[in-house]
Order: sequence, then structure tokens, then C-alpha cells
Amino acid sequence: MSDVLAVADHRRGAVRDVSFELVRAGRELADDLGGELHLAVIAGDVDEFADRLSLAGVDAIHTVEAGEEFNHDLYAGATVALFEELGPTAVLMPNSVNGLDYAPAVANRLDVPLVADAVDLAYDDGLEATREMYGSKVETTLEVSEEPVAVTVRGGEWPAVEETADVPVDAFEYDFDESASGARVQGFQEVGAGDVDIADAEFLVSIGRGIEEEENLELIEELAEVTGATMSSSRPIVDSGWLPKNRQVGQSGKQVTPDVYLAIGISGAVQHVAGMKGAETIIAINTDPNAPIFDIADYGIVGDLFDVVPALIDQFE
Amino acid sequence: MKILVTVKEVAEAADDFEIEGTDIGEQFLEYDLNEWDDYAVEAAVQLSETYDDVEVVSATIGPERSEETIRMALAKGVDRAIRVWDDDVAAADLDVAAKTRLFAAVVEEEEPDLVLSGVQAADDGFGATGVSLADEIGFDWAAVVNHLETEDDLSLAHVHRELEGGIEELTDVDLPAVLTIQTGLNEPRYASLRGIRQAQSKEIAEFGLADLGLDADAVASPISRTGMYEPETESDATYFDGAADEQAAELAAVLREKGVVSE
Repeated sequence: MSDVLAVADHRRGAVRDVSFELVRAGRELADDLGGELHLAVIAGDVDEFADRLSLAGVDAIHTVEAGEEFNHDLYAGATVALFEELGPTAVLMPNSVNGLDYAPAVANRLDVPLVADAVDLAYDDGLEATREMYGSKVETTLEVSEEPVAVTVRGGEWPAVEETADVPVDAFEYDFDESASGARVQGFQEVGAGDVDIADAEFLVSIGRGIEEEENLELIEELAEVTGATMSSSRPIVDSGWLPKNRQVGQSGKQVTPDVYLAIGISGAVQHVAGMKGAETIIAINTDPNAPIFDIADYGIVGDLFDVVPALIDQFE
Repeated sequence: MKILVTVKEVAEAADDFEIEGTDIGEQFLEYDLNEWDDYAVEAAVQLSETYDDVEVVSATIGPERSEETIRMALAKGVDRAIRVWDDDVAAADLDVAAKTRLFAAVVEEEEPDLVLSGVQAADDGFGATGVSLADEIGFDWAAVVNHLETEDDLSLAHVHRELEGGIEELTDVDLPAVLTIQTGLNEPRYASLRGIRQAQSKEIAEFGLADLGLDADAVASPISRTGMYEPETESDATYFDGAADEQAAELAAVLREKGVVSE
């Protein structure tokens, strides 16, 4: 018992990026343990997904043909059944929205400890996981004294495996009656359609919690107007109803790749950064010199936006 | 109908802080109701305002200090509250399984028809207790819910789950269920002065492990925190110093140089 089982993520016919990262995380852990890496592919066109995921470092792919899309009862049940068949030391699942919807049930059914949202893993007489706490201000290490263990892995932390290989594929039989599931997917809906597509903008002026009050948005609107920029925001501004959903940059909003991204009063939470790190030039204005946004910024101003933004408007008027 | 809302008092670290051992020094932490739980409380209170005979009960695991946070939920319309704590709980490093056992015991006591929980806690960010609890108590569930409608006979919830990349999944969930609530589901109300006054006389029942039919084994955890450190800054940003107008002038020069400002 020194193998690792990893569960791939896909949606609407496409394998999601985190699956390729899971292969790297799983391979590294399996190497530490001296075991094999097994990959589970559940639901949808599993043969095509298995083909896509025949990657270097994967020892076996197990396909579970049942249903078209994600269903948490299917994923939890099939993962537990595969786990019981293979007896691995660790099961790795993505810390994606769907991962959040089934991984805790897997850990509970198997009665194994769960470490969520790991950003690094190591094994030396036991699993040691690295996580973030307090809004990414600190990192912590956790030691797990029992095996086996369930782990969810944060996307973007391990380099994706791209090298292909000829991996044996095994069709795993798992009976699943979708109609008996208490949660039934009825469809999908794109959100955030509107007159402006921030994904097309060359220059985004983006605002976060630092703006404090809705009426202060006028200041940012004025800056956008004098510079010809498009306004976008981080999640709290949309949650507050101050800007529509189509302006939200981040994991659950839009991915943007402007020439310049001016982040004003945005701390740089990992979910936000996931949506804007592809910008060519990132400029950040924030009062907190330790704000994570400065880690990815090309230019930084540690200062109060209520002083800096009016002065910037003066530069262009 | 009875709705149970699990709430947590979370710690927020000051901009400048020091680590002492494996946690941030107490003097650098401020406590508040977890943001995600605030939306869950609002959803429960709105349901109680929509339907007749709905009781909203909040449950928390936390020390006496956390009663301040619970009073905030009570002031917003929660009818009564339960706080789980004793010396064994205080001494434990609670993992997801331990919290699941504690909340499952509360569910057995209260027999709710619906459980609402925040997607995650702002301090440790595990995002796992709600779904783990649902699985343990045999309820159906949905995670990361940002839209909620219920059938009038309360047999079914129509929810949207917020996926990555601006996509929502439309799902029907049979009740009873546990729903983990994403921010943006509603607009949490401010506690009114009247609500704050009324909250003072609402019941907060205290339960220890023995009251819940559990012993210290229920909170034993195989996961322990062994280190905490500040991540090394990876910043190679060029900083603009000086007064605001000097900083703005340098920033303006960069924007002109990049050719993104239309003049």
C-alpha cells in the first residue's frame, strides 16, 4: 500500500487544467512513497478523456462510464469504490468547485483524514501538507499521523504534465442510478453577459474592497473616463451589487489578458489572481505593503487610493 | 420547518503581525462572524420571513468569546443558538471529521429540515465541513450555492452552483439537505438596534461533549499543525515612492509609455 489515486476534473467535454497538475502532484507523492500513480476518469466521454490524460508518470487510468457530467453522488461513490479496490495510501482530488462538492464525502465515507486546498505535499514517515491561512497571509504545515489520507489540491500550484505516454486503461464497473441521486443537474448557464466584455479590454482599471463605499466608485469611473480604460473589479464589489457580474475578474468571473491591469485597493487573493495573472503589465495601488498583489505586480504604489487616484486623474485632465 | 445554520467566529490578522509558535499572536487577531456564514444566516432568515412556522437555529463550535458573534446572528433574526464547547474541545485541534461529529450530534438533537453553512471559513479555508456533515447525517447536499429557490412544499430546492469561469450549474436538490452558501447569494442585512436589543434575551444553549452523547475520542484528530511562517515575498515590482502626486506622475508616465491611455 504505497500507491496514489488521483481523480481528474472535466466539464462540458473538456479536461480541466487542474487534472494535468494533479498528475504532477500525484506522481511526486507516489515517488516519495515508492508506489504507482492511478488516475480515475469519471463520467462523460471517458475514452477520449483517458486518451487525453495518457501522460508520463501515470501508471494506470481507470475509467468509470456513467452519466455525461459531474454528479457528486457518482463521483463520491465511484472514488470510494476505486479506493477500496486499489488500496492506495492517498487519494488526491482537485480543490475545484466540483472537488468541494464531493471530496469531503469521500473522506467521510472512507473515514480517513482530509487535508483541503494543499499547495505543497511531502512524504517522510507520514504526509506533510502545506496550506495557506488567514487570507494567504501565512503558510502552515500540517502533519497527518494516520494513513490513508484524502487531499484536495489547489489549482495552479504544480506545473502541468504535458508529456504523453502509453498508459494502460481499465474500464472500472460501477453501477450508478442517476435518477436515484438527491441532486440532479438541470443544465448550465453562462453569467455576466452584458454590453462590455472585459476580456477584450486593453487597459483595465480594476477596483477592490479598498474603495470602501459605493459612492466612492465615482472616483474610479472618473479615472476610467479620463484614461479611456475599462472598469472591472474583484469579487466583493460584485457581491455588494455595486458593479454587474460581467465586470468581475477572477476564478468565478472572467479571465482577462489586457496590456495593462491597474489593480486599485485589491489585496490579490488567489481566486482573483487566477483571473488576471495573464495581463502583460500589472500595476498595484494598495495601503498594505504585504498585500499579495505586489508579489505579481510589475509596478507598485504603497499608498492610499484616495490620495493617489485623484492625483492620477490630474495627470490626464 | 426548522433551519440549522452553522456559523463560525473567524480570526482576521492585522496588516502587521507576528507569528508566535504555530499561530499568529493573539494580540494581532480580530474576531468576526465568518463572511460566508453571514450570507447563510441571511438566507435562513429570508426563508423564515417567506414561510410560516420556520424556526432558525444557529450552531457554533467556539469558546465563550464567540457568543458576541452568535449574538450578531441572533440580532439579524436567528431565533436561538447553540454553542458547543468544553475543556476537551478546547484542547483539541479540530479537523473536518471532528467538526462533522460535533455538528452531526447537534443535528440529531435538533432534527432540522434544512442545514445552511458558509462555503468556507475565512481563516482556515478548508471548505469541507458542510458536505462532510451532509454525508454523515444522510442528507442530500449542494456546495457553493449562489442562488436558491425553494418549492412551496419545501420538498425541493432549485440552486445554482457557481463554477469557475463565469458558469453556473443549475441543480435540483431534494430536501432535507445541506447547502453551502457562496457570498453574493443575497445582501446580508445589518443588525437593527431593535434586533440587537432583542438578541440579548435570546437563548444560547451550551453543550459539552457529554451533553451530545460524545466523549473526548470524538474530537481526537490525526492532523496537527506543525509550522506557520510568512511566505517569502516574491515581489520584483518597481515601486514609486514619494508624495501622492509624485507617485501619480511616475504611474502616468508608465501608462503613456505602454500606449494604453488615449489622450
